[in-house]
Amino acid sequence: MSSINYAEKIPNNVNLSEDRKLQRALESWQPHYIDWWKEMGPEGTSTSEIYLRTAISAEPDGWAQFGHVKMEDYRWGIFLAPPEKDRKVNFGAHKGEDAWQEVPGEYRSMLRRLITVQGDTEPASVEQQRLLGKCCPSLYDLRNLFQVNVEEGRHLWAMVYLLHAHFGKDGREEAEEMLARRSGDADKPRILGAFNEKTADWLAFFMFTFITDRDGKYQLCALAESGFDPLSRSCRFMLTEEAHHMFVGESGVGRIIERACQVMKENRTEDVRKFGVIDLPTIQRYLNFHYSVTSDLYGAEVSTNAATSYNMGLKGRYEETKIGDDHQLEHTTYSVLHPVNGGFQAVEVPALNALNERLRLDWAEDVAKGVERWNKIIAKHGIDFKLTLPHLAFNRAIGHFSDIAVDPSGKVISTEEFARRRDEWLPSESDLAYVLSLMGGAVTQPGKFANWIAPPARGINNQPVDFDYVRFA
Amino acid sequence: MELKRQHLIDPVVCIRCNTCEEACPVDAITHDGTNYVVSYDKCTGCRTCVSPCPTGAIDNWLLVDQPWSIDDQFGWEELPLGQTGPGPAEPAPLPPGEVSDLLAAATATTGPSVPPPASAAKPYFNLYSRDTPVTARVAGNMRITGEGTDSDIHHVVLDFSHNAFPFLEGQSIGIVPPGTDAKGRAHNIRLYSIASPREGERSGCNNLALTVKRVAGGVGSNYVCDLKKGDEVRVAGPFGQAFLMPDAPNANIIMICTGTGSAPFRAFTERRRRNAQDASGKLMLFFGARTPEELPYFGPLMKLPKSLIDVNLAFSRVPDRPKQYVQDKIRERSDDLAALLASADTHVFICGLKGMEQGCDEAFADICRLHGLDWADLRPRMREEGRYHVETY
Ligand SMILES: Cc1cc2nc3c(=O)[nH]c(=O)nc-3n(C[C@H](O)[C@H](O)[C@H](O)COP(=O)(O)OP(=O)(O)OC[C@H]3O[C@@H](n4cnc5c(N)ncnc54)[C@H](O)[C@@H]3O)c2cc1C
Ligand code: SF4
Ligand code: SF4
Repeated sequence: MSSINYAEKIPNNVNLSEDRKLQRALESWQPHYIDWWKEMGPEGTSTSEIYLRTAISAEPDGWAQFGHVKMEDYRWGIFLAPPEKDRKVNFGAHKGEDAWQEVPGEYRSMLRRLITVQGDTEPASVEQQRLLGKCCPSLYDLRNLFQVNVEEGRHLWAMVYLLHAHFGKDGREEAEEMLARRSGDADKPRILGAFNEKTADWLAFFMFTFITDRDGKYQLCALAESGFDPLSRSCRFMLTEEAHHMFVGESGVGRIIERACQVMKENRTEDVRKFGVIDLPTIQRYLNFHYSVTSDLYGAEVSTNAATSYNMGLKGRYEETKIGDDHQLEHTTYSVLHPVNGGFQAVEVPALNALNERLRLDWAEDVAKGVERWNKIIAKHGIDFKLTLPHLAFNRAIGHFSDIAVDPSGKVISTEEFARRRDEWLPSESDLAYVLSLMGGAVTQPGKFANWIAPPARGINNQPVDFDYVRFA
Repeated sequence: MELKRQHLIDPVVCIRCNTCEEACPVDAITHDGTNYVVSYDKCTGCRTCVSPCPTGAIDNWLLVDQPWSIDDQFGWEELPLGQTGPGPAEPAPLPPGEVSDLLAAATATTGPSVPPPASAAKPYFNLYSRDTPVTARVAGNMRITGEGTDSDIHHVVLDFSHNAFPFLEGQSIGIVPPGTDAKGRAHNIRLYSIASPREGERSGCNNLALTVKRVAGGVGSNYVCDLKKGDEVRVAGPFGQAFLMPDAPNANIIMICTGTGSAPFRAFTERRRRNAQDASGKLMLFFGARTPEELPYFGPLMKLPKSLIDVNLAFSRVPDRPKQYVQDKIRERSDDLAALLASADTHVFICGLKGMEQGCDEAFADICRLHGLDWADLRPRMREEGRYHVETY
């Protein structure tokens, strides 16, 4: 059932060949996708062979097969996690009913919207990261960038499959739109703000995969709970791949920190820029930026939209089925921080309306754990510096904190003060220019690393660090 | 010493992504707010979780006296040092007399107390004996010589599951054949060279391969060659403290063998292939058999890249071709060998049937004479420096 036939034009484990109409529709979308990839995918790499992880089945032992793949031969496909027997809708008004295999008519547009928003982030990140290959710090990192990119591409496929298979003409149009929007484009931007920011350097890329892809993880987790079974199964399989993105981000920033610490110790100085590495305060400012911008992706703290999709059984909470409550939340409250008179106050609101906030806090807790692990690297070097996450209200553009100015510690300040001190807290023009100045030509000799980043502790799939992860044609 | 092999997650590397917990078919993995951990009692060592783990944090297998509990692991900030790889924890007892005798006979040419190569890792030895053997399970058994030839050589993979069996390339294990001899006494141990590198036949697996030739009427060899997948085998060892692979990447290794004598050299070659492809030291193999069909691992050997190993095969029974023995091949490569022998980084290993060392010795003496070296002086010096090893049986 779930093994994947790579001889097919579109490898899949959904019996695509049995639904001629759907197959034809997807096969006519495929060339547009390939054109998009050629135009917007990683630059100048179509003939390289890359050591990629490719799924050959969605079973645990089949989705992590490693080998060198020629980029132009790479085949995106459609994989759903194996079905769970007798799965039910696990929350909301329909709790206890059999999970839906088809879209319930009345929820059609809501569901289409959810899938479209999720799908749109995938090609967006590929577009954002398009130029990074040219300044990769090693073959190992270049390979990880590709892996992340092909998986974003595959996740787009997953959402497009759902749109095609379940939403008829509307769905097909949404699928075309996915390839028409462009990250950062003035006329046709990507749907969500954070996905229109440039990823100009590798520190930004690592921060993005660590923080913003983690938003993706939490969104996928919430959608994996969906009562609409095909969406749940798609997201469950996507999550297994998403883990790698988080790894790339966490270990990438970790290695930049490691290198900064090494240079600080060797030269007994905090002023490491003159040695061509990235100083810890700059890393802190990047962290502040990516954290606050990504916070906005969860939407308003108090939102009836989220309540509706929960009630409908379309999007659940993180680990919904592991939470020990009634899974309907009609009579529960949740405490949400509000700005009040120059300070903050926790206010009890109906739990249903606080679902965005709840997911954001689950995500924030997860990010905080990763930051703690970075701090261990610094502590190991005996350096007295700690990276911290800014207050949730810092630098927000969406939700009820967007009207106030707050410093990273959570002190409410005037807009003037914020503007004056902005560069203490967020990457300044000169920070960005400095980091960009380190991104010279690509480092492509196996086992060699750019000066500003430490090598990883181990290679991919037990290969040595100096393995030829990418072979150029 | 009773070591166990325990599957553990490195908390420094793990990003707590839950992938392994989802993947494990027997729910051996669980987590708390800090760590992902593996239950020693539940884990079967199937490795299903290994390739999906994005970080490699999960691929840790420690040798421990007492397995760590889940609660121990929850409290960790890093993996405990403990026993992580070969390196004796305590002075090992002397090998049992029967094994000493076998080893002494096998290394008679070079005599007693030859030192190991200077850069060899420290081996464990005598962890298990005939009276306290470890049980291994047969993971596979395959004939590797052509059908229809007299030479019936098998590639047998033994899996040690939870039991620690640390070894190095060049060491042997003892097989304890079941049953008794004609006089009603338990059989003596039979020694077999390990054909796998130290990480296992499959990297990271707790297994090893043997290359065993069926000897007509032989008790041990027939027992091993007839083993079926899943059979349990009593194993002693590991044995051997001198015939060990040099670890230095600049070590040149000249390997000369016939038949199953190739087993340790397969281990050497795999070690270089997997861990040190760009080592500057040369690998040079001289391998003799009657025909290509009778040469174990002929196919895989032909696929190895030239940059990794310089392969020289001698066949003595190919129709319409002159008989060639390893010493003939050695002489053919006179110039290259002389250059290698002149280097203090060069090691010579000879392994196979008794008697083959003599022909090799004469060939080396000739080469030295031709190139202004003195084998009579060089050989004892190499031996003293742990650079000349012979194991024949
Ligand atoms: C250090 C060391 C490493 C070894 N490594 C390997 C290895 O990697 N692979 C391998 O197959 N063997 C290896 N051997 C040989 C192995 O230990 C046994 O001696 C061999 O398998 C025969 O044992 P058996 O029980 O089958 O025969 P036995 O029952 O002991 O003897 C049966 C008959 O065969 C004769 N015989 C015994 N040994 C041989 C022989 N080698 N050749 C021809 N006739 C013989 C005996 O004289 C007797 O007549 C090694 C030996 C030593 C000492
Ligand atoms: S090796 Fe197998 S049994 Fe052990 S934790 Fe991994 S998947 Fe589970
Ligand atoms: S899969 Fe690897 S990184 Fe993820 S939780 Fe398990 S051990 Fe940690």
